[in-house]
Amino acid sequence: MTDRPLTQNIRSDGSPTFLERYEANGGYAGVRKALADMTPESCLEEVKNAGLRGRGGAGFPTGMKWSFVPMGEKAGPGHKYLIANADEMEPGTFKDRLILEQDPHQLLEGMIASAFTIQADIAYIFLRGEYVLAAERLNQAIRECYEAGYLGKNILGSGYSLELRLHKSAGRYICGEETALINALEGKRANPRPKPPFPQVAGLWGRPTIVNNVETLCNVTHIISRGSDWYKTLGRGEDNGTKLFGASGNVKNPGVWELPMGTPIREILEEHAGGMRDGYQLRGFLPGGGSTDFLTEQHLDLAMDYDVIGKAGSRMGTGTMIILDDRNCPLGMVRNLSQFFGHESCGFCTPCRDGIPWIVQLLDQFEQGEATHEDIALLEEKAAFIGGIGNTHCALAPGAMEPVNSALKYFREDFERHVTEGGCTYHRAGGRH
Amino acid sequence: MPQITIDGKSFDVQAGGNLLEVVLGLGLDLPYFCWHPAMGSVGSCRQCAMVQFQNAEDERGRIVMACMTPVTDGMHLSLSGERARDFRADVIEALMVNHPHDCPVCAEGGECHLQDMTVMSGHRERRYDGLKNTHVNQYLGPLINHEMNRCIACYRCVRYYQDYAGGTDLAVLGAHDHVYFGRHQDGVLESEFAGNLVEVCPTGVFTDKSLVHDYTRKWDLQSSPSVCVGCGVGCNTAPGERYGRLKRIHNRYHEEVNGYFLCDRGRFGGNFVNSDIRLTRSGQQQADNTFVALSREAALAKLAQSCGAGQRIAGIGSPRASLESNWMLQAFVGATQFCAGFGPEGAAVRAIASALKGGGVPSATLQEIEAADAVIILGEDVTQTAARVALALRQTVRNKGLEKAAAMGVAIWQDAAVRNITQNDCSPLIQLMTASTRLGDIAQETIALSPDDIARYGFALAHALGTGSGVTDMSAADQTRVEAIAAILRDAKRPLVISGSGCQSESVVNAARALALALQQQSELTRVVYAVPESNSLGLALLDDHPVSLRELSEQAQRGELDTLVVVENDLYRRAPTDVVETLLNAVPNIVVMDLIETNTIERASLALPVASFAECEGTLVNAEGRAQRYFPAIAGKPDQPPAWSWLADAAAASGRQALAGLNHIDALLQAIAADKPVFAGAAEAAPGAGYRDRIGLKVARQPARYSGRTAMYADKTLHEPKTTADEQSGLAFSMEGDNQSLPSALQPFVWEPGWNSNQSLHKFQTEVGGAMRGGNAGVRLIHPHDGTLADATALPAAFSPRDAVWWVTPQYRLFGSDELSAQSASVAELIARPQVSLSPADAARLNLTPHDGVAVSVGDRTVKCRVNQDAGVPEGTVGFIQGLPGNPVWASGEQATLERLPDFARPPEVLARDSEVAHG
Amino acid sequence: MMSDLIATLSPEEVSEIEHEIGLVPRRDGAAIDALLIVQKHRGWVSDESLKAIAGLLEMSAEELEGIATFYNLVFRKPVGDKVILLCDSVSCWLRGYEDVKARISKHLGIEYGETTADGRYTLLPVPCLGACDRAPVMMVGDELHTHLDESDLEMLDAKEVAL
Repeated sequence: MTDRPLTQNIRSDGSPTFLERYEANGGYAGVRKALADMTPESCLEEVKNAGLRGRGGAGFPTGMKWSFVPMGEKAGPGHKYLIANADEMEPGTFKDRLILEQDPHQLLEGMIASAFTIQADIAYIFLRGEYVLAAERLNQAIRECYEAGYLGKNILGSGYSLELRLHKSAGRYICGEETALINALEGKRANPRPKPPFPQVAGLWGRPTIVNNVETLCNVTHIISRGSDWYKTLGRGEDNGTKLFGASGNVKNPGVWELPMGTPIREILEEHAGGMRDGYQLRGFLPGGGSTDFLTEQHLDLAMDYDVIGKAGSRMGTGTMIILDDRNCPLGMVRNLSQFFGHESCGFCTPCRDGIPWIVQLLDQFEQGEATHEDIALLEEKAAFIGGIGNTHCALAPGAMEPVNSALKYFREDFERHVTEGGCTYHRAGGRH
Repeated sequence: MPQITIDGKSFDVQAGGNLLEVVLGLGLDLPYFCWHPAMGSVGSCRQCAMVQFQNAEDERGRIVMACMTPVTDGMHLSLSGERARDFRADVIEALMVNHPHDCPVCAEGGECHLQDMTVMSGHRERRYDGLKNTHVNQYLGPLINHEMNRCIACYRCVRYYQDYAGGTDLAVLGAHDHVYFGRHQDGVLESEFAGNLVEVCPTGVFTDKSLVHDYTRKWDLQSSPSVCVGCGVGCNTAPGERYGRLKRIHNRYHEEVNGYFLCDRGRFGGNFVNSDIRLTRSGQQQADNTFVALSREAALAKLAQSCGAGQRIAGIGSPRASLESNWMLQAFVGATQFCAGFGPEGAAVRAIASALKGGGVPSATLQEIEAADAVIILGEDVTQTAARVALALRQTVRNKGLEKAAAMGVAIWQDAAVRNITQNDCSPLIQLMTASTRLGDIAQETIALSPDDIARYGFALAHALGTGSGVTDMSAADQTRVEAIAAILRDAKRPLVISGSGCQSESVVNAARALALALQQQSELTRVVYAVPESNSLGLALLDDHPVSLRELSEQAQRGELDTLVVVENDLYRRAPTDVVETLLNAVPNIVVMDLIETNTIERASLALPVASFAECEGTLVNAEGRAQRYFPAIAGKPDQPPAWSWLADAAAASGRQALAGLNHIDALLQAIAADKPVFAGAAEAAPGAGYRDRIGLKVARQPARYSGRTAMYADKTLHEPKTTADEQSGLAFSMEGDNQSLPSALQPFVWEPGWNSNQSLHKFQTEVGGAMRGGNAGVRLIHPHDGTLADATALPAAFSPRDAVWWVTPQYRLFGSDELSAQSASVAELIARPQVSLSPADAARLNLTPHDGVAVSVGDRTVKCRVNQDAGVPEGTVGFIQGLPGNPVWASGEQATLERLPDFARPPEVLARDSEVAHG
Repeated sequence: MMSDLIATLSPEEVSEIEHEIGLVPRRDGAAIDALLIVQKHRGWVSDESLKAIAGLLEMSAEELEGIATFYNLVFRKPVGDKVILLCDSVSCWLRGYEDVKARISKHLGIEYGETTADGRYTLLPVPCLGACDRAPVMMVGDELHTHLDESDLEMLDAKEVAL
C-alpha cells in the first residue's frame, strides 16, 4: 500500500474512515512529527524538496507558493489563513469528492501540517454546497480533531494553535479561482481579484493567505509524515508523487484511481477504465477536466506529467479525463462545455461575459444548419479573442476556449460537415449533438 | 523620467502612472470604459488593450490592458499595430452584442462615450445575430432615468456609487451576461451624489430625467461656464440651454474646487430658473394688494423716484446675490444704511471671514481635503451644507489604506487591489456633532455635543495641542476624550479642521480657528474648511465691514427715518422671525424688492423688480474658501430681467448719482469694487473681461460647431431669422463662431474634441490626465493667510446642561429642502425633506414617545407639529430642527423650545409618489 | 424599516447567523452563510427575508441582493419541498442527461425553473456535480442519485410520496 498513500484508507464499500481507523492506519503521524520534531522552515523545505505541484489544475509548485507568505514579524499583526479549495466544480472532475467523503482526516492532517508550515492560525475548507455527504463527514472529522487535540489551542502541547472551519459554498465555478474564493469567504460576490497583491501577501481580509487544492494538501500529509525522499520515489515520469486520475464518458469502467505521476494515458484508459464501451470508438479526450484541450488517439502513449501534456498542446489539469466517443458530436460536447463556462462567468470582464455566450450561439447555428464556412472562421476568431492569455481578467475564459480551439483543430471536418450537411448528423444517427 | 516607445516613436513620460493615462496624456487616442481618472483601474472592460513587447527585437509581444499596466522605463509598445487594433475591435464588438442600438431615442446620443469608442475602435458591422438580452428598468426617483438594456457592464456605476460615493442602494446583481446594475427594487436613489451617474455612465443607462423629458442633443445646447449657486462650495458647472430654457447642468472640471463631480442639489437644483415661480415682470402693488405690471422704463422711473434726492433709503443685500449686486446696493444706499441680509448664521459667517483673514491657516483646496491624513469636524454636517466636501472626505479616509498599498508596492490607481488590501481601514475622521450624519460610516468617532460644548471641545483640543488657555471646568470623561483626539491629531502630518456656520455659532467657528492654529504649529500642511450656506455668503461677509442688523433698520424705520427700503434677492421671511420682519416692513412706506422668484417678501413690495438668475447674467461669487469665481449666462438675458446691479446702475444714472451711473458694465463695476474694497482686487481677475478675443479675434463660442437650426429654430413663430443676441458684458458669444478649444478655464463653456463627443474629452483639456486645466484654474483666491492669531476670538461658552422640560434648538440641514432656490426645481421639490424634529432616545423616552407619535414643538407663540426622529447622535436636552424647509419658522440655534407629545401622529407616507413614467418592460 | 423586519427571522435563525457573524471581522462578512441559513429553514429567501438578513448584517438590501443573485444555490423564488438538481455538464451529457431531463419533465410536468403543482418538486439544472463516473446524476434534496435511467422516475414518486 505504500505506493498508494492518497487512497490507502479508501475502502471498496465506500464507508468513511474516521479518526479511530485513521489513527490506527498511522494517521496524524505527520502532524505529530511536524509539531514535535520540525519547524515551519523544515516543513517548507520538505515540501519544496518533494517537488509537489498543485493538483487543482495549474500545477504551480506548492513549496514556492508557500515561500511568499511573510513569516514572523514580517507578517504584521493579525491572522494568517490556510484554505483548502474543495470547490470541485470543473466539469468532468470528481477526484476530491472521493477523499472528502471517505477519508476526511487525510485532508485535515494535510491542512494542519500546511497551516503549521505557514504559521496560519485559521483554516477553512471551502466546500461545494452540493457535497452534502462530504460536509457531514468533514464536520464529524473536524469534531473528532478538536476532541483529540489536533485542532484548537496548543495542539498536542506544541504551543501551535489552529482553528479550522468548514464553509459551504453557495455555488459558483469561479469560486475555484483562489482570489474569487477569497471574496466568497468574505461574503462577497466571487469576482477574481487583481494580482498583485497575491493572496500570500494580502488575501482573506487583507491578510496572508494560502489556497491549496484538496489533493495537494493530502499530498502534504504524506510528504511530512514519510519524507520528501520517499515521496520522490513515487512518480514514474518527470513529476513526483502519485495522482488521482479519472475517466468519465462512454468507457467501460469510469472511475478514479491513484496512480503514479507519469502513468501513460493508454494505461489509464485501457487498464483502469477498461477501454471504450462496446459499440463506441474513441474520438478524443480532455485530459484534465472541461477546461483542457482535446487530445486524440495519437497522444495515448504520453505520460500524465504536467510538462509532457503541456508540450502536447493541452494541460494535465485535474487529471480526470473526459472521453469523447464517435457517437457523440464534438460540437455538441463543446457547446455543452461552453454553455457551462458562459453560465459560470462571473460577468466581470468583457471577452468572457459577452464572448462565451456568442460561442454558444455560433455552435447552435452549426447544430441547426444555419452556419456558413465563414462562421468557422468567425468561431476561430472569437475563440482566439476570448481565450488569449491576458485577454481576460482571470483564467476562466482561456480555459473555456481550450476545448473549442482544439475541437476546431482535431474535429474540423465535423464543423465542415455541419455546414455542408445542414446541421448535426450525429443527431440523425441517434447520437447526441 | 521613463522613456517609452509606442509604435516606434519615443516619448518621455511621467513615472508612477498607468499606461492608459500616460497614453491619453500624450494626446493619443486609446479607447476605454471602466477606467475613470478619479476612480482608477480595475481592468474589467478590456477595451484599452495595447501590445507590449519584451524588447525592440520582440515582434510578437503580448496583449496588455493599458489601465492595469504601470509605466516603466524602456517599454516597447504598440498602440496602432494590427494586433492591438484587432483586439480592441473584438472587445467593442462583444460589448455591443447586447446593446440595443437605440441611439436615436437615447438622451446620451451625441455625447455618448460608447458611440465614440465604437467609432474609434472600428466596429461598424454587426456579426452577432443571436437574440439580445433584455432587462426590466427601475424607477430610481425623479432625478435619474434607468435604461438597463443599454448597459455594457463596465461596472463604473457601482464603483462610483458604492466605492467612491459611499452609497449602498445601487449594486450589481446577477452574474455572467445577466449582470444587472440597479436597486433591490424600485425606489429613489439615496445618495446625495447619485446624479454623477449621469456623467459616469459611458452610455445611456443613467440619464438626467429632466433632460430625457425635455430633450436636446449636446450639439444643440448653448452652454456657458458657470458656478453652482446651491451652497458655498462654488462647484464649477456647465449649464446648457435651448429655446430659452435651462436643459441641464453638467459638471465643469475644476481641479481645486469640484474635480469631476457635483452633488445632486447642484446638478438638479438649477432648474428653478425654468419654474413658474420666476418673477418675470416688474410690478407695482396697489391698495388691494394686486400688482400692476410695469414696463422696464416705467419701473426704472419708479425706482429712481423712490431712491432719488431727499429720500432716506436703506438696503438689504443677500448672501445669494452676486458680489456686484451686493456692492452696488451698498454703494447705492451707503455703508451705514446697508444691512447684509444674513439669517441667524450671520455672526458665524463673519467669524469665518475673520478666521480666514486672520487665522493664519489656509483653506483647503479639493486636493488638499483629499490628501489630509486626519480630519476633525466641528459641528458641520457637510453632507447637507457643503456636499461636495463630504464626497471628498470619502476619498480622504482612504489615505491610510493607500499608504498600506504603497508599502506593498501596489499603485494607488490599482483600485480593486488597493481596496482588497485596505479592507475597511480608514484614516481618522472625528466628528463633534449635534446630530448623526451621513459620514458616520467612515467616522472613527462621532461625539454628540451641543454647539457650546463643541466649541469647548475645540478650545480644549487647541489647548492640548499648545494654543489658548483651555477649558478648566471639563468632566474627567470629556478630558479623556479630548486627550485621545489630541493624540490622533498630534500624529497627523496633514490635519484638516472642518467647521462652518451650520451651528450658527461664532464660538464653534472660533474654536475651530484656535484648533487649526494649534495644529499649524506642528504642521504647516494644516488646512481648514469652513462651510457657509450660500453661494456668496463669504463674499457678503468680506464686503460688509459695517454690520447693520435688521433690528437696527427696523428701529430706524419705526422712528420714521426711513422712506425707502431696497431689498435685493432676499426673502426676509427666511432670515428672521415673522414678527421681526413684519415690524420692519410695516414701518417703511416704500419697499422695493428685486428678486428672481416670487417670495413672501415680494408680496410686501411696493415695487417688485425681476432680476436675472445665474443662468441669464454674469456675476461674481466668493466661495467658502475665499475664491472669487465668475459665472456667465447660458441663456441670453432679457432686458426686463437685468441683474440687480444693473437696475441700480440705471437708477443711479436716472437720479443723477454720477459716481455709480457709469457702472453699467460688469468690467467697470469690478474695477470700482476693487478700488473701493482692496480685498476684492482679485475678483476682477476671476475671469477675462469682455475684451477677451482668441488668436484670430473671435469671442468664445457658447454653441458647438455643430449647433443646428439657428436660422430655423423659431421658424414656427416667425420667418425672420432672429438676430444673434450680442453679449456686451463678456468675452463669450451666443454663437457657434469662435474658439472653444484653447481657452482660459474661466471661459470654457463645454469640452469637446473631434472623436470625443462626451465629457470624457476632458483629458484633452488637462495638462495631465486628472490634473489642472490647460487654461489654468478658474477664479482667484482673495485671501492669502499670513501669521495667524486668535485675535479676540477666544470667548469660551459655558458648558451646556439640559434643562427640565425645555429644549435647546440646534439647526439641522437637508440637501433637498434647506436651500431656497433649488427647492423650486420641479424634480428636487419631489425630494424635499418633511419637517421633523430630532431628539435623543433618552429625551424621547422621557416624553414617552413611541415611534408612531409626533410632537408639537413650540418656540414663543409659534408651534410646529411634526414627526419625531429619534437620533442617538443628538445630545440630551437639545432638539434638531431642519432649517429652511418651506413653511418652517426661522428658529435659530439656542432658541428655547417646549415639546408636547402628539399620540398617533398621522405621518405622511414615506414613499414618494412615482412619477408618470414608471419602469416599463 | 429594515431593522423592523429582523423580527421576522426566527430566534434560531438569528442565533445561527450571529454565530457566523462572530467568526468574521465584519458583520456583512457572514452574508453568504446567513442566506444559506435562512434558506435551510425556509427553503428559499424571500424579499422580506432578504431585507431582514440585510438588517441583521447591517448592510443594504442591494448589497445583499448582489450576493444572493450571484450564486447558483441561493433561491430567490419559492421552490418545492425538494429541489431536483439535474447535472447538465459534459460527462452527464455524454451519458445522456438530456433524455433524463425529458423524462423528468414529462413525468412531473415541469420544465427547468418550475415547481410541480403539488409543490413537491422544483427542477433546476446544476453545473457538474462531481460524480462523473456515475453519470448521469442528479440531486433530489440532499441526496445524490447516480446512474440514472428510466427506473429513477419511479423512485421520484415512490420515495417522495412516502413523505
